[in-house]
Amino acid sequence: MSNEATGPANRDRLPLRAVMARGGWWRGAAVPLASLALAVVVLVAWQYLPPMLGVPKYIIPRVSDLWGEMVRMWFQENLLKHFISTASMSILGFVLGGLLGAVFGYALGLLPTWEKVLSPYILALQIAPKVAFAPLFILWFGYNAWPKLIVTILVVFFPILVNVLQAMRIMDRDLVNLARAYNMSKTKIFLKIMLPFSMPNLMAGLRIGATLAVIGITVGELVGGEIGLGYLISFGQGQANTAMVFDAIGLLTVIGIVMYWAVTSIETRVLHYVPKALDAPPPSQP
Amino acid sequence: MLNRTTQVLQLQDVARRFPGRTAGAPPFTAVRNLSFDVRQGEFVSIVGPSGCGKSTLLNLVAGLDRPSEGTVSLRGIEVNGPNSSVGFMLQKDLLLPWRTVLHNVEFGLEARSMSAAERRERALRELKRCRLTDFADRYPYQISGGQRQRAALARTLAIDPDVVLLDEPFSALDAQTKLVLQKSFAETIAGSGLTTLLITHDLSEAVAMSDRILVMSDGPGRIVEEIDVGLPDRNNPIARVATQRASEIVKHLFHALHIDNRLDA
Repeated sequence: MSNEATGPANRDRLPLRAVMARGGWWRGAAVPLASLALAVVVLVAWQYLPPMLGVPKYIIPRVSDLWGEMVRMWFQENLLKHFISTASMSILGFVLGGLLGAVFGYALGLLPTWEKVLSPYILALQIAPKVAFAPLFILWFGYNAWPKLIVTILVVFFPILVNVLQAMRIMDRDLVNLARAYNMSKTKIFLKIMLPFSMPNLMAGLRIGATLAVIGITVGELVGGEIGLGYLISFGQGQANTAMVFDAIGLLTVIGIVMYWAVTSIETRVLHYVPKALDAPPPSQP
Repeated sequence: MLNRTTQVLQLQDVARRFPGRTAGAPPFTAVRNLSFDVRQGEFVSIVGPSGCGKSTLLNLVAGLDRPSEGTVSLRGIEVNGPNSSVGFMLQKDLLLPWRTVLHNVEFGLEARSMSAAERRERALRELKRCRLTDFADRYPYQISGGQRQRAALARTLAIDPDVVLLDEPFSALDAQTKLVLQKSFAETIAGSGLTTLLITHDLSEAVAMSDRILVMSDGPGRIVEEIDVGLPDRNNPIARVATQRASEIVKHLFHALHIDNRLDA
């Protein structure tokens, strides 16, 4: 009955939708085009505005200077080596920190008494600025990869731990009871209920961790070491080579963006079952 | 002797007390002196005011909780823990959102040693019985509330339970979906000869669907009345509700539960 009532309205709406679709090509492209235009405007302003205002190159180098410095670094400073070192260390620190955070999160989630005992310390460590530990780790481990790796692991560890723990706290007890009523073993309940239930939280933690990993590595490299983009920043600062500092920051951002993108694309695959507001087809009647 | 074997579920003098909220507070008695039985293939409803211990009763039968006194037995064997011959369904469908409908129906079978092919076959059979074959590969968010409850029923039936516990399975649905689903459940349950215990606060639902109604009182919960519905067509609740006898029973229940005298809900 209701279908018949809305039938004519639907037929009227169809051509309208078709018109919208025909006009849609520029609507769809408008947003990326605007973003691109904004980038061009900023870059042009960056190139010509500072010299016009009399800002010296060692304060704000021009875009062309940045590019020239990038090429020079590639050939003379072994930029690729530094880039690969920072990128691989960020990924390694992220993976290790993520694994540890997840393992501890699930373990504490399953052992509420331990969670209560440890929670003030977890909170304290979570609030403590982990990057400030970097000099300490250098004192302990020397000028090698360990200090920066440990800082990164610490930085990544907490958001993932806290997110997983949160999922374990808000766990749907009825789902667990359902599995118990089916006589499922504890291992199976963990694997089939708790782990998938916590996935959205784990993924949110990993997304935060991916951006923090680059910060951890950079601080480690800034404080001590002879390799990595963080080292290039501190080296460039010593030489008053502002362009070098800008370039290194830019490349660090690229590493962070790629890692973030990688995590989000894994997330969309893993969490494919989470309804997207616009994607979900209208439910049909029983 | 014969009578004993036809009793699927039996509760004898069951009481369940919970420790008081604060130290030194008297224990809270959720249910006491609870005795009843459900025979093979029978559909029994339990109605009562909220807080009368219906959920406690459900947990006791499902083996998720143990009675403080008395015994709960299934086919003459005392229930000591979760037990794969009891299927239960709640108001919430409890479908796992990360699984398709088909995999959700298989879920209960995964606790058993059973080949994947056999699991699939059973799940497909239950989906067919609940008329969900076309939705086997959908995710829970892609189907309607009524379909979700039917999927939950299919999952419950897939484990081939001795007794099915339904805890207000229709109360989260809109009025029309509810009627359609009650009919669909009634047909499925009558068709498979299942022994069913329905917990509900909806009086006409109890009359429409069951052979027998047990009335519970609150604080602490116990059975105060037993009503034989004595109506034909258990597989067609809509036709049943329209009868004179049905409205008499509802009216009687209405008074038995003192709904007209109550001020707070």
